[in-house]
Amino acid sequence: MTTANMRYVSHHHHNQNDTNVYGFWIYIMSDCILFACLFATFAVLHNNTYGGPGAKELFSLPFVFVETMILLTSSFTCGLMMLALYNNKRKLAFIALTLTFLLGVSFVFMELKEFHTLFAEGNSWQRSAFLSSFFTLVGTHGLHVSLGLLWLIILAIQLGIHGINPTTMVKMRTFSLFWHFLDIVWILLFTIVYLLETI
Amino acid sequence: MNTSPSDIDESSAHGSLKSYIVGFILSIVLTLLAFGAVMQQWFSPLLIVTFVTVMAVFQLLIQLIFFLHLNSDSKPYWNLSAFLFAMLIVVVIVVASIWIMYNLNVNMQM
Repeated sequence: MTTANMRYVSHHHHNQNDTNVYGFWIYIMSDCILFACLFATFAVLHNNTYGGPGAKELFSLPFVFVETMILLTSSFTCGLMMLALYNNKRKLAFIALTLTFLLGVSFVFMELKEFHTLFAEGNSWQRSAFLSSFFTLVGTHGLHVSLGLLWLIILAIQLGIHGINPTTMVKMRTFSLFWHFLDIVWILLFTIVYLLETI
Repeated sequence: MNTSPSDIDESSAHGSLKSYIVGFILSIVLTLLAFGAVMQQWFSPLLIVTFVTVMAVFQLLIQLIFFLHLNSDSKPYWNLSAFLFAMLIVVVIVVASIWIMYNLNVNMQM
């Protein structure tokens, strides 16, 4: 092995864990494209209310603001959880994890409540193309959040059993990528679907 | 040998408490400004649209940088390049969809 090779090896130490996280990042990018398609669909169909109610009549901005604050805070507590894990502070990590979970559940609960209200008044996804694209886009995001919460429960159990080690850390890192990504999609969602529609 | 998680992961980027707090506060402020502008109609409609869009783009960047640590350092560089490519695809999909459907509407009088 020449000196040049040795220098290369010592400065470019890739471990499997980083590769796994990068692979998950590529999945996140594909998820971005999925959401882009749903956003494009909403952009095309958002005026097609088929004579029925539009965004202005149906959406409550204060309600969406509270949802936004809840999801944003859960993204923050997720960051705190990662910091605690990196610093080997297991109890702190569990507290932050629980907060993240509770905030996430609150968000999903609020969204389900909003959907239920719309359904009850006859404004389901079958009412118009606008509502079809709305429920698909917002529902897909909510589904991602819900599955993320399920994932978080499983991760909490694994952390409890195996503690903080390289394997569980890879899983927590990929989860936190997923969770931050969902909040970023929500930024676009509340801006495009709720704010811009109700100006 | 006692290896802490941060030893093993030191090649990857993770933030400090300060970066998360700054990102969190900035995001709250940008959200408040966007909702405020729409709910209280601070400007003319066109200006509100522009303002809200700018707030969203800023908050997106803030969260990308402070929560996801997407910067031009060596390790996250691969994340950044994958991200930029995905964004190129996203722009093509969204812009082309809107453009094509708009043209369809106009030409087919749908």
